[in-house]
Amino acid sequence: MPINYYIFLSLALFTIGIIGVLTRRNVIIVFMCIELMLNAVNLLLVAFSKMHHLAAGAANSTAGIEGQLFVFFIMVVAAAEVSVGLAIIVMLYRNTRSVDINFLNRLKH
Amino acid sequence: MNALIFSALSGVAMMFAGIWLRTNNSIRSLAILLSLVNIVVTFLELRGVHIVQVNTAGMLAFDSFALLFILIAQVSTLVFFLLSSRDMEKVGRNYPDYFALIFFILAGVAISAAFQSLLLLFLGIEIMSIPLYILAGADKRNLKSNEASLKYFLMGSFSTGLMLMGIALLYGATGTFNLQGYVYDLANIPVLLIAGLMLLLFAMSFKVSAAPFHFWTPDVYDGSPSVFTSYMATVVKAAAFIAFMRLFAESFGAIKTEWKVLVGIITAATLFIGNITAVFQQSVKRMLAYSSIAQAGFMMMAIYALNSDAKEGLLLYAAAYSLATIGIFAVLVKMKDQTFDGFNGFARQQPLVAATLVIFLLSLAGIPLTAGFLSKFMMLRATIVEGNIWLVVFAVLMAAVSVYYYFRLIQAMYFRESNQTLALDITPGFRYTLVGVAAVTIILGVFPNVLTYWLYF
Repeated sequence: MPINYYIFLSLALFTIGIIGVLTRRNVIIVFMCIELMLNAVNLLLVAFSKMHHLAAGAANSTAGIEGQLFVFFIMVVAAAEVSVGLAIIVMLYRNTRSVDINFLNRLKH
Repeated sequence: MNALIFSALSGVAMMFAGIWLRTNNSIRSLAILLSLVNIVVTFLELRGVHIVQVNTAGMLAFDSFALLFILIAQVSTLVFFLLSSRDMEKVGRNYPDYFALIFFILAGVAISAAFQSLLLLFLGIEIMSIPLYILAGADKRNLKSNEASLKYFLMGSFSTGLMLMGIALLYGATGTFNLQGYVYDLANIPVLLIAGLMLLLFAMSFKVSAAPFHFWTPDVYDGSPSVFTSYMATVVKAAAFIAFMRLFAESFGAIKTEWKVLVGIITAATLFIGNITAVFQQSVKRMLAYSSIAQAGFMMMAIYALNSDAKEGLLLYAAAYSLATIGIFAVLVKMKDQTFDGFNGFARQQPLVAATLVIFLLSLAGIPLTAGFLSKFMMLRATIVEGNIWLVVFAVLMAAVSVYYYFRLIQAMYFRESNQTLALDITPGFRYTLVGVAAVTIILGVFPNVLTYWLYF
């Protein structure tokens, strides 16, 4: 399959993520949309990794491996981010009994 | 490399210190001691003495630029500990953890100053940001702190998403994450590469709060506990700038024509918005938040110019700006009323502290004989060498505007009266540290070579 399909698919996922972050009001859903953005990047990295691997041919069997390595790092960092982010959301919920993002507008005075 | 290892180990040590050390005084002393050890280790590394040898496979390059900035960041952290660590007690109960998180941030600073691979850029920026999300929300019962933390977290991870997409597109175009690995065919630059470059530019602008992406900054800085805002606005922001500089100098320097105009526009917009909005603020903390945007505009000029002047200037700027801002915040935390009016008559009650504050404010405004002047001067010179005189004229005009809001604080302290006691416990140790920091600001303003000398030897 040509690489273009993968690029379009992951850009579409990424855009859905961005639109979700900008329009949704529930913090948990905003959070899921951010994860969607990161996973779109993971998909793209794997696709590019395969592309570079094929382009290098049989002579260089490790070509393109760093793209897949990067994906693992994104997963680990995303997990760390999720744990901190959910803790923040729980803290917010304890104080306000709501996870609505309109809450954020109160800081502007 | 030693700087990175030792700051990470210090963070772990501080986490365990909470179990064994019972009093806050001993925890604080341990943090200051560890911070001193870190400074010594980095200094030795700068002189070529490596305590631990690690092969980083070309992914990290601890050259003199990186090490010098790490040293500046560590000295700023020490100053921050000496001035503000007593005020951290009031934020919450997890006193040793705050120090641990700050040491982890320093590990992130070391990575993002020295990265040679986009993977390490990503990790460095994240290791700096994630502890900051926690510190921003450290005051758990305070709604403003909660909001600041959530907002910072959402904005931070959103910009991380943009940055990762940029990195992925660059990888698609070039097949490598290595900064040195970019070879350009100038006649035919792939679209993927330009798209990736733009996304990286936007993401980094988010992190350093440059103009169209600055909107989160005032709210987050205002809402977070003041002690941590001080750290967030200085060391971390400067480190993000160093990463920005290294990224653009080493991998995109050759295709400067593609992004130069855009960075110029971002610089001008940042200068304009930061300075003009700061004029209208009533709270000193919010004014400092906008002032940090304005100063970011000046630091963006280094990214615009990317020559050796800009490199030296950015280091000097990082030092001057960090020291002055940490000093002002340290006093601000101790004030009862954090508006401009709260400073009325401060010079009469605390003449020495007020005098040091004046030096810091002059340094931020860029008045000669202070470090702030020379660092602004170097930024302007670098931009002139680069050939954009209009940006320089605009920046000078905006620096003139900034004098207004900085001097408003001086005016409140010296020319207005107030009968109340203004500040909480100002100890002699605090006073002498402030005087020392002010002296460093002046010394750097007269002999900048004290600092920039290390860049070449």
